[in-house]
Amino acid sequence: MVDSPAFVKDATCIVGIGQTEFAKALEPSEKQLALTAIKAALDDAGINPSEVNGLSSYTMENVEEFDIARNLGLGDVTWFSQVGYGGGAGCGVVGNAAMAVATGQCDVAVAWRSRKRGARTSRPWAGVGQRVSGHPQWSRPFGLLRPVDEVAMLARRAMHEYGWTRDHLANVALAFRAHANRNPSAQMYGKEMTRQDYTDARWISEPLCLFDNCLETDGASAVVIVRSDRARHCPQPPVSIHAFAQSINRQHQVMTNYFGDDPLEGPAWACARRLWSLADVGPGDVDVAQIYDAFSPLVPLSLQGYGFCAKGEGGPFTDDGALEWPNGRLPTNTSGGGMSEAYVHGFNLITEGARQIRGQAINQVEGAEVCLVTSGEGVPTGALLLTAAR
Amino acid sequence: MIEGILLPELDDDSRPFWDGCAAGELRVQACGECGRLRFPPRPMCPWCQSFAHNWNAVSGRGRVWSFVVPHAPLLPAYQEFAPYNVIVVELDEDPTIRMVGNLVASEYQPINSVDPYSIEIGQPVRVVFQRLGEGEEAVALPRWVRA
Repeated sequence: MVDSPAFVKDATCIVGIGQTEFAKALEPSEKQLALTAIKAALDDAGINPSEVNGLSSYTMENVEEFDIARNLGLGDVTWFSQVGYGGGAGCGVVGNAAMAVATGQCDVAVAWRSRKRGARTSRPWAGVGQRVSGHPQWSRPFGLLRPVDEVAMLARRAMHEYGWTRDHLANVALAFRAHANRNPSAQMYGKEMTRQDYTDARWISEPLCLFDNCLETDGASAVVIVRSDRARHCPQPPVSIHAFAQSINRQHQVMTNYFGDDPLEGPAWACARRLWSLADVGPGDVDVAQIYDAFSPLVPLSLQGYGFCAKGEGGPFTDDGALEWPNGRLPTNTSGGGMSEAYVHGFNLITEGARQIRGQAINQVEGAEVCLVTSGEGVPTGALLLTAAR
Repeated sequence: MIEGILLPELDDDSRPFWDGCAAGELRVQACGECGRLRFPPRPMCPWCQSFAHNWNAVSGRGRVWSFVVPHAPLLPAYQEFAPYNVIVVELDEDPTIRMVGNLVASEYQPINSVDPYSIEIGQPVRVVFQRLGEGEEAVALPRWVRA
């Protein structure tokens, strides 16, 4: 246990979740998508927008807080904050909202992510200039241009150092696809994939192929957070935010994290140490997991970082259907995740985690009481432990 | 749309490295107090918090730590060479000092001049420099050949 008292532990609950349609191209603006998801989450919570006085979002979010407030007719907002690093932010966005509610800075907090990414021009790497400034100057001039290239470098090293294979990565892609096939909200609903499809797919950045990548998605997701005493009076089964942690591990560099003593020991490791020290449960108690999956290798890297297996065993851990619902030992990304449901910077992993604890998921893990949700490995990150409120 | 190869924007921290490349020398920042090498360059030593530093010429020899082979879709100036390789090299002087680069057949040949399927982690390499751009805009990029 850590020295400081755990003010956040079980002090708050997720009482509302909402989302828009997920698709490669949606007509509404990011603003409309954000408002739609937040309104749905508030309706789910049975809370009027006028009661919301906390707003939590990503630094990459394009819809500003004041705009959310004046569109939805919020009252006086007394707390607002943002978390950086894109796919690393999601759990921090929710965790910060939980801290703000727990410490009395606000009473009803909304956290959300709205994103239109389907358009080619919206890809973050589409805007690079002829001259590359800051830390990307050490990689982009050499043709390491896209996030997939940056992660592929770590994947190749993990394959070399640990003996991981493409079969392990296929295990990840196939498990998440099978989950999405049953989920009508998923972009890959009904679109089946075989191991042969994976093997035959075109390369994007060897050793990663098309199906090692997440989807490109337009859509938004949101959650509503209140104190746990109030949560008991909300219409939905309350989902306790049991523990929350973030980390920028020592010597870290964003995405091109090749420069520390062991680049394969990413931010997940430091985040996990803090998370488990704040929690009453350990990795062996986790019934279902939502692991950030912008690229398939991040899943085995995260699995070993969060202590589900020994270092180096993240690849083999995925064998024998370990990640698959309903019979795997750790059903993971049960809605299809970023690779097969939608890529909303990992926020749909949080809403799915809440659904699992409520008992309302499409691919419901029977009796799920503890869900780990993680944000991106390879960038400054965060994680949440969601539990059934007692 | 971006037309050419991307070049580094030299800044206070990085300029001595790129100046070294232009002079045909691979230089790594070293703490002026404790002497430890660090990369990428930055103002403060993370081990002793000193701002003092030197730029040490290193041997330019190392080993392939990892590599990738990018395929389309890529920026046009890179896509015309795809599939090409990008490698990370760990330096002989300190294997935790790693640099992103490309394995080429010689300093005069492009980033797809080596068969990517012949690259293996652990292969010894040495640095060469390829000059890009014109006049005052010119930058020398470190590339790597088999040692």
